[in-house]
Amino acid sequence: MPDVLFHTPAETLALSPLVGAGTSLRRAALLVRFVFRGDAAAAAKVGAAFGVALPQSPLASERTGERAALWQGPDEWLLLARPAMDGPQAVDALARSLAGEIAAALGETPHSLVDVSERHVALLLEGPGAADLLNAHVFLDLDPAAFPVGMVTRTLFTKAEIVLWRTSEQNFAIECWSSFAPYVEGHLAEA
Amino acid sequence: MTLSFRTSKGGRIDRAKSVKFIFDGKTLVGQAGDTLASALLANGIHLVGRSFKYHRPRGILTAGSEEPNALVGVAKSAAAAAAGQSVPNLRATQVEIHEGMVIVSQNRWPSLGFDIGAVNDRLSPLFVAGFYYKTFMWPKSFWNRVYEPFIRAAAGLGKAPTAPDPDRYANRYAHCDVLVAGSGPAGLAAALTATRSGARVILAYEQGEPGGSLLHDVGAQIDGRPAAEWVSAVIAELAGNDRVTLLPRTTVFGYFNQNFIGLAERVTDHLADPDPSLPRERLWQVRARQVVLATGAIERPLVFPENDRPGVMMAEAGRIYANRFGVLPGRAIAVATSCDSAWRAAFDIKALGGNVVAILDMRTDVDPALKEKARAHSIRVETGCTVTGVKGTKRIEGVRLGRISGDTVSSAGSLACDCLLMSGGWTPNVSLHSQARGKLDWHADKGAFLPGDPVQAQRSAGSCRGIDGLAQVLADGARAGAEAAQAATGNAVDVPAFSASGSEVSSGWWLGAVPHDRDASRVRAFVDFQNDVTAKDVKLAVREGMHSIEHIKRYTTTGMATDQGRLSNMNALSIASTALANEIPQVGLTTFRQPYTPVTFGTLATTSRGDLFDPVRRTAIHDWAAAQGAAFEDVSLWKRAWYFPKSGEDMHAAVLRECRTVRESVGIFDASTLGKIEVVGPDAAEFLERIYTNPWKKLGIGRLRYGLMLNEAGFIMDDGVVGRIAEDRFHVTTTTGGAPRVLAHMEDYLQTEWADLKVWLTSTTEQWAVIAVQGPKAREAIAPLVDDIDLSTEAMPHMSVRQGHVMGGIPCRLFRMSFTGEAGYEINVPPSRARQVWDAVFANVERLGGCAYGTETMHVLRAEKGYIIVGQETDGTVTPDDVGMSWAIGKNKPDFVGKRSLARPDLMATGRKQLVGLLTKDGKALLEEGAQVTAEADPAPRTPALGHVTSSYMSAAAGRPIALAMIANGRARHGETLHVPMPNGAIAVEVVPPLFVDPEGSRLNA
Repeated sequence: MPDVLFHTPAETLALSPLVGAGTSLRRAALLVRFVFRGDAAAAAKVGAAFGVALPQSPLASERTGERAALWQGPDEWLLLARPAMDGPQAVDALARSLAGEIAAALGETPHSLVDVSERHVALLLEGPGAADLLNAHVFLDLDPAAFPVGMVTRTLFTKAEIVLWRTSEQNFAIECWSSFAPYVEGHLAEA
Repeated sequence: MTLSFRTSKGGRIDRAKSVKFIFDGKTLVGQAGDTLASALLANGIHLVGRSFKYHRPRGILTAGSEEPNALVGVAKSAAAAAAGQSVPNLRATQVEIHEGMVIVSQNRWPSLGFDIGAVNDRLSPLFVAGFYYKTFMWPKSFWNRVYEPFIRAAAGLGKAPTAPDPDRYANRYAHCDVLVAGSGPAGLAAALTATRSGARVILAYEQGEPGGSLLHDVGAQIDGRPAAEWVSAVIAELAGNDRVTLLPRTTVFGYFNQNFIGLAERVTDHLADPDPSLPRERLWQVRARQVVLATGAIERPLVFPENDRPGVMMAEAGRIYANRFGVLPGRAIAVATSCDSAWRAAFDIKALGGNVVAILDMRTDVDPALKEKARAHSIRVETGCTVTGVKGTKRIEGVRLGRISGDTVSSAGSLACDCLLMSGGWTPNVSLHSQARGKLDWHADKGAFLPGDPVQAQRSAGSCRGIDGLAQVLADGARAGAEAAQAATGNAVDVPAFSASGSEVSSGWWLGAVPHDRDASRVRAFVDFQNDVTAKDVKLAVREGMHSIEHIKRYTTTGMATDQGRLSNMNALSIASTALANEIPQVGLTTFRQPYTPVTFGTLATTSRGDLFDPVRRTAIHDWAAAQGAAFEDVSLWKRAWYFPKSGEDMHAAVLRECRTVRESVGIFDASTLGKIEVVGPDAAEFLERIYTNPWKKLGIGRLRYGLMLNEAGFIMDDGVVGRIAEDRFHVTTTTGGAPRVLAHMEDYLQTEWADLKVWLTSTTEQWAVIAVQGPKAREAIAPLVDDIDLSTEAMPHMSVRQGHVMGGIPCRLFRMSFTGEAGYEINVPPSRARQVWDAVFANVERLGGCAYGTETMHVLRAEKGYIIVGQETDGTVTPDDVGMSWAIGKNKPDFVGKRSLARPDLMATGRKQLVGLLTKDGKALLEEGAQVTAEADPAPRTPALGHVTSSYMSAAAGRPIALAMIANGRARHGETLHVPMPNGAIAVEVVPPLFVDPEGSRLNA
């Protein structure tokens, strides 16, 4: 089931041969990303402008179709938004308009909004073998009882820092800094 | 040799499927299901190795991972062996044979049967305890040249593989409610109980087949069926539950803090032709809420003279080989014991048609029922009788008997036999409890240390805590499983009851040396087989003043082999306590440590090897640079283009050309790896004011400033150019390697010291690719590509920043700045379009006669201008004043990180090392970076250096080599001649100001 938040190219990347059929890895296309930092009052004002409330509970995410807000810390959120069209120009345009709308909504409320659209790559690991494969490199308990759908956290993938987000029972989005993506992909192919 | 040592029936081997393998060049046949040890025994082979120190012939002693003697080198095939791909020191008792496996015995030359090193055995009076300490002390100068090389050459048993490890290794993190270590009756009962409660369970066991003792306890019944059938039913139930993970061939090797458990799973070693997608081994790193240790007990050898000869074997091992593998360990088998359980071995072997010549029990008060059963089996029984020696060297031919009467032993003749099964009773296997920092309690009635109160969330079950008898062990396992599951899940747990018969409680044990009537000075009774430690060695250690078992252990090396003394510790301890006339608990017990048994390096490395050892970070321009033939250098995790050699150019020529080109026309450089941090919020300027030495509040929007960052101690930790993008927004750059450190440093201060500041940090290192264009034609190179920024010096002077677009709408932050001394720009664009912009700029650069340059040229150009590189000119002990940068300190600022330290007397003292330039007097010699600088050309030994060379390059602009150096009182020495002593003679240098090009800086503002 493709996730509407991500443009998913058809091309799949190599996975460890130990992973059974039906599990796949893809690099999602460019996405608008912001890091929003500020206190709870500031965060509360972002929701209306962005269209998704910023979750106040640790490790929580909120989403509506093509937008999502991921809790990253007590004063930090990662905002994701899919542009209407593919390609960097659409990303630029949506980033510009969103930045304007959020800034307007915040007014004089102190905060920081930084465009990090190109800082990250989203790797989509999807299928029945996804959690097992992740556990070759991620030390967290990924049992659905311990890491339910919607949970998101910064963690280590062997030696790379990633943001791990469970988008459905069998699907995970791995947000990592672009230059670390080959390392993460290499390990997922080797596990 | 034939397989005539196979029984006609019984055993869990596949009699229909024979397996050919090679042992020391000879092809042998075993059956599927054999271990190497059982297959060798089936071929009548006991002699499998030579001992570590005395090179004594050694046989198979045990049937488990505690095996001290039968260590072999194993290759998967003849081809693998020829390619140097073998694994040394594997225990033959654990190796499962497969077709084509090639095994070599170890520590012998030229052959196992005839070994030159065996001369050590006749020299054994020399190699007493403490031999190394006594022998290799004098003369002191011999240590490095003679003794250590000799000891290293003699050390170790097996040969390390010569070829790189071709196998893959995997890692797996896991979490569970209950981890059970061991699949004997206690472990299975615990796992079953925990599983039925709904807990998430991991059951790990060492062998290929689960069941532990139940696999050879042929007479035992559980819940009305044979024990082995019960095992199959339990395993089927566990395997059918998706909350259970069964891990065969898996050793729980490490019990770490917070119930973090290390497991090594041997995935393919037992397969002749494994699926290539499988890893050879898998490391499991498990976080278990609760742990049940069901690691059983290990039978203890009897310490009598010549007890190490091939053919002498543990009694239970003999029973295992007979019952489980269908192998009789000899044609005439004697049993020497002080414990009931060994009688079972005799009875089972007899029942399989073996020839048991006698049971020799040291005790006089043996259970009459056992004697009755022996009589029924027509087995000769001697009580109050012991073995006092062995005949035969490479295989026993008989044993000497001794009659025990009080403390004395008198000869009782001899007995012909080719196998002796021995038992001194059982030592509970408390290794993992001890690893988990649990204390051990001495139980004099059982002659054993048993687990005391656990420190971590674990409990022992079954015979590893001294429980004996099958019914009792099953009940204890169920109890432990229930307790663990309840503690982990909070659910109430039903404790199942098992009915069991057979394997009744076994009584009797013996600790320490067995008394004998032999000349004590001429015979040796082995305590630690793997390290060749005898009862005499332990006594000698005590006589020489070692009173603690910790000292005795290190002096004699008893218990220091790979089995960590699981076979030997209790006997050694007993001998020591007798010699010391002290109680065993007072002498102490050494601590068991990780790993339980040796773990391969590959398993610990897992997938972190080769290209995946560390992340390799590449910029958006990397592929272009690679296609241009750039050489790369590693800068932290990044690959950076180092220089771009044209055909025929070496590095020297390429760098000279690149430097000249930048100064004469223009160069393009990939600066993407620089760290970038967006500092945003109403207090952003105030924050920078505190974190940097420089003043920031008056920096205008659109202006840049070089920032210098100190640590708390007042030393330079990083630097970089900072741009003010808006009133409340700064674009901070850091060094490539310093980016994570700087962000953590800033965040640390914000969270702990200045939580009141309304400012937030976001790393933007990878949001922007950075294309540096430097040189007199830099503006010309970029101007055609810039959409909406006025590049004139009036509109955009040196040290300014503008936001705009390039190439028809690509957003950019354009910095006008320089790290070369030339006019220059840094174009920050999104990485997705960096290559497009780079290609366009490069085309202009080339048209203008420019070129791409790498980090080496960047280093040279900045050195010509005397710009420091943090980590090259600085080493963590350098202040701003030391490098002539007092100008970067905001004099009127009330505070900044490091300010107070700068006022410390030693940081203000005269004579500190200061940054200077050095010019070689001959104008030709290139100094070595790191070379020491002295006042004299040929200073007396131990004269302190005045400083050292930090940077040294051939400078195209200066037309000669230039260098930077940190020299004591350097700024006062301009004009002085100093010397750089080198192996071929000192190089005379003149101290000059650290500035070699364009001292007025006029080129920057062009």
